[in-house]
Amino acid sequence: MKFTKTLAAAAAMGLALSGAATAGSHGGDPLKAGFIYVGPIGDLGWTWTHDQGRLAVEAEFGDSVETSYVESVPEGADAERVMSQMARSGVDIIFTTSFGYMDPTINVAADFPDVAFEHATGYKRAENVSTYSARFYEGRYVIGEIAGAMTETNKIGYIASFPIPEVVRGINSAYLAAKSVNPDVEFKVVWVYTWFDPGKEADAANALIEQGVDVIMQHTDSPAAMTIAEEKGVYAFGQASDMSAFGPNAQLTGIIDNWGPYYIERVKAVMDGTWESTDTWDGIAEGMVQFAPFSDKLPADVVARAEATIAAIGSGEFSPFTGPINKQDGSVWLAEGEVADDGTLAGLNFYVEGIDGELPN
Amino acid sequence: MLRLEQRPTPSRAMLYLTPVMAVLATMLVGGVLFWAMGIDPFKAIYLLFIDPFVDSYNLSQLFVKASPLILIAMGLSLGFRAGVWNIGAEGQFIVGAIAGGAVGLALWGSTGWWILPLMALAAALGGALWALVPAVLKIRFNANEILVSLMLVYVAEHFLAQMVQGVLRAPDGMGFPESRNLARNDPTSLPDVFPALGIDAGGVVMLILLAAAFFLLQKHALGFQIKLTGDSPRAARFAGVNPSFIIAICLGLSGAAAGLAGLFELTGAAGKLTIDFPVGYGFTAIIVAFLGRLSPVGILLAGVVLAGTYIGGENAQFLLKMPAAAVTVFQGMMLFFLLGFEILINYRIKPMRRAV
Amino acid sequence: MDFSSLNAVAMIVLLIGAATPILLAAIGELVVEKSGVLNLGVEGMMIIGAVTGFITATTTGSPMLGFVGGAIGGAAVSTLFAFLTQYLLSNQVATGLALTMFGLGLAALMGRSYNGIKPPRTERLEVPGLSDLPVLGELFFSYDPIIYFSLVLVIAVWWFLNRTRAGLVLRACGENHDAAHSLGYNVQLIRFGAIMFGGACAGLGGAYVSLIRVPQWTEGMTAGVGWIALAIVVFASWKPWRVILGAYMFGGITILQLSLQALGISISGAYLSMTPYIVTIVVLVIMSADRKRASLNAPACLGRSFHASH
Repeated sequence: MKFTKTLAAAAAMGLALSGAATAGSHGGDPLKAGFIYVGPIGDLGWTWTHDQGRLAVEAEFGDSVETSYVESVPEGADAERVMSQMARSGVDIIFTTSFGYMDPTINVAADFPDVAFEHATGYKRAENVSTYSARFYEGRYVIGEIAGAMTETNKIGYIASFPIPEVVRGINSAYLAAKSVNPDVEFKVVWVYTWFDPGKEADAANALIEQGVDVIMQHTDSPAAMTIAEEKGVYAFGQASDMSAFGPNAQLTGIIDNWGPYYIERVKAVMDGTWESTDTWDGIAEGMVQFAPFSDKLPADVVARAEATIAAIGSGEFSPFTGPINKQDGSVWLAEGEVADDGTLAGLNFYVEGIDGELPN
Repeated sequence: MLRLEQRPTPSRAMLYLTPVMAVLATMLVGGVLFWAMGIDPFKAIYLLFIDPFVDSYNLSQLFVKASPLILIAMGLSLGFRAGVWNIGAEGQFIVGAIAGGAVGLALWGSTGWWILPLMALAAALGGALWALVPAVLKIRFNANEILVSLMLVYVAEHFLAQMVQGVLRAPDGMGFPESRNLARNDPTSLPDVFPALGIDAGGVVMLILLAAAFFLLQKHALGFQIKLTGDSPRAARFAGVNPSFIIAICLGLSGAAAGLAGLFELTGAAGKLTIDFPVGYGFTAIIVAFLGRLSPVGILLAGVVLAGTYIGGENAQFLLKMPAAAVTVFQGMMLFFLLGFEILINYRIKPMRRAV
Repeated sequence: MDFSSLNAVAMIVLLIGAATPILLAAIGELVVEKSGVLNLGVEGMMIIGAVTGFITATTTGSPMLGFVGGAIGGAAVSTLFAFLTQYLLSNQVATGLALTMFGLGLAALMGRSYNGIKPPRTERLEVPGLSDLPVLGELFFSYDPIIYFSLVLVIAVWWFLNRTRAGLVLRACGENHDAAHSLGYNVQLIRFGAIMFGGACAGLGGAYVSLIRVPQWTEGMTAGVGWIALAIVVFASWKPWRVILGAYMFGGITILQLSLQALGISISGAYLSMTPYIVTIVVLVIMSADRKRASLNAPACLGRSFHASH
């Protein structure tokens, strides 16, 4: 008997869930914020930092905001379905945290005009779709400077995921920075074709170290490379989060994705009714790109220069992609003093002069 | 102590009961698992098994998920019945999508009703050829088709990565490794047929092929040969069945089905080729084939039930904070129970006779 | 192309580390297949071993206990497969696949609260004097204990299968289970034991990945290595020595393509990544094509269920 009663209750709940979405009218009800993740929150990388942002929202708003998430959602039809389900269940703002969710976000947003959508790293917007991303290349410039100063073999290793503009920007920025403090520096790039594969990342780190690299950077998500760096006694930088737990001696600093403030701001906007579609590309200045504490292995002058660079980028005085810069084939890209515009940076698909090796097609 | 006693004839009742028993047992044990994890077991079971069929939106998504599974499983079941183990359907799915997608991209800008069927043909051919590699290697060199077809999955995945970064990459896509969106381009977009159930043109083709498979197995000589080869290879040889032909046709057909499923997924739900295009349908279809006891009707039901658990699982994730992995455990459990209960079809469980 | 900076010794050391999980899983599966059972659930057993090993190591603080925990985890989950296939006569292919799926999901559930934790470090061998020799020291005397254990295990398996009576009986079950049964041997029990041994080996291999090779726990971290192990067994014509060769070769190719990139040689990453799998197919074909040799080594009853008909 009890079973049937509970079943009936569950059925009623199911029907209630499938009712039409009533977004936008909260009255006394908590605002609902949903998050769609492309990986597991345990990756300690990309997805983990977005989840930290979600937790920041929860901490900030307490009971007046209710958050939920779905992790490891494949891009494509599954993403569309999950987004639709979230919207239908009454979620007011949905954060879709991967480039590949672009088309699904646009599609679902068209069906749910009263729900706000925030798409990370994308470039398509709509009336109820905003895009946002972080100027990670600013962070890469800072760590590039540090790497150039700290390397003794003059070989810096870079574990790269896919040859997309985001990654190429990072490599270029780091290289320009390292070169600016150490003209003899050499970058060795290994493409692992995955965002997250601890085994492969560990192998790549090992391969780089065995070939003489003594500072490692990565654009992949797990702390595997940091762990290997620690074991082998070389330096590395944390990616997306502070990975010093894995590399207490190895980590010099790390780039931290700080989504919390942006998320809080956007949720507040929905609460206040002031939300509108925007495109945000924030960096050091706005606090979206932060740094892990500097290791005490860094000499004072290196720290001083890093802090000065951070300040300069933050105040807008300096931009990593400022000419004169040539493309890898020698042709001129930026003239003296010319700063690359956001459009070019967004579609960057070539190496700058000085980087060895070919960019995979 | 218990022992097994063979039944004189297989029990028909058990044939239909075992899948039901497996589902019920999974609900029970799964419910306990959820309870141990702090999730309301009744809500979870409801979301996984009932809500997908009751809620109209979920229902409209059902066949979107189930069609590819059923199509691939149907192709696989032919081979499995004959003892030909195609574990590489995932790779054939990918290659079919690449082949069909390439045709569609090459014809970008043209219109005509013939474009989509041409793509489907290319996809079926691509998938079939990819499956014929293990077939040929088995026929000629006696290489184990399980391992060859599986290795080819990894090869196909890397081939896909290569294609979407190079030849098939969208020229105006900002350098990202993906193709143009075929589903949003009318001539290459898969039309809907019964949106309420999520059945599109691919779904219709799937149902037609399912019916064809049914007739093949029940009425056609080839179907008889396939079943005979699986039940008794020696008898089949005496009956004049050519084992090489069976291997080739089973792998070829299953490869074609998987390739076709890949194209339908590309031109319907997914839209574009990306590195993450494959989502494991080729492997899940193996589970569907077994859950459906290798019969067309069974596969249809099993595909629908499994698709339901996927959809329900996604909802349970954000409604009940159920971890994604719990659904996989659930599905694995269902298969375990089914495989376990299957013994009851051919055997009775009896207490061991004591020696007097 | 600057080959002068190619550090061959370092590459070999790396390769052995990458190959050891495959070696462990493969040698276990070899024993299973020699007894006549095809267990496709290697991937599932490995990942369970990875998570149980990790949990044990971090809870007890001892990496060695962690390895034991991994082996026990793998053996425990293999009993599901053993029970279903030996006593309920279920289809081995399907059951193995179910084990993989179940194992992957269960491991992910078990490991949820263990993300981001560092396991206790496994010490490498330090033989005073020998380990410090310039090339030989690194090449032979500086590995972690599990690598040495894996080689000893292969020798032990060879000796067991070929020089002991028990091994002969096990092989008999694989060659002709009806004859073995009529000689009075309990085929199902023997196979059950073999399956559990295979599970323990796979679990140990998985624990190696999470405790030494990466070392960390993450969902799905074995990344298909269990399937490679299956291929290696065929590749090795079911001979223990050859398993070492196969595993090291596969590990080598994987490491080589990363090292080549690190050297600045840019062969297309995707095509290079395919090579381990294509090479496996090619060798598989070569090994199987020699029908005489192949048939001498593949257990005749591989994959067939046994049920005593009184």
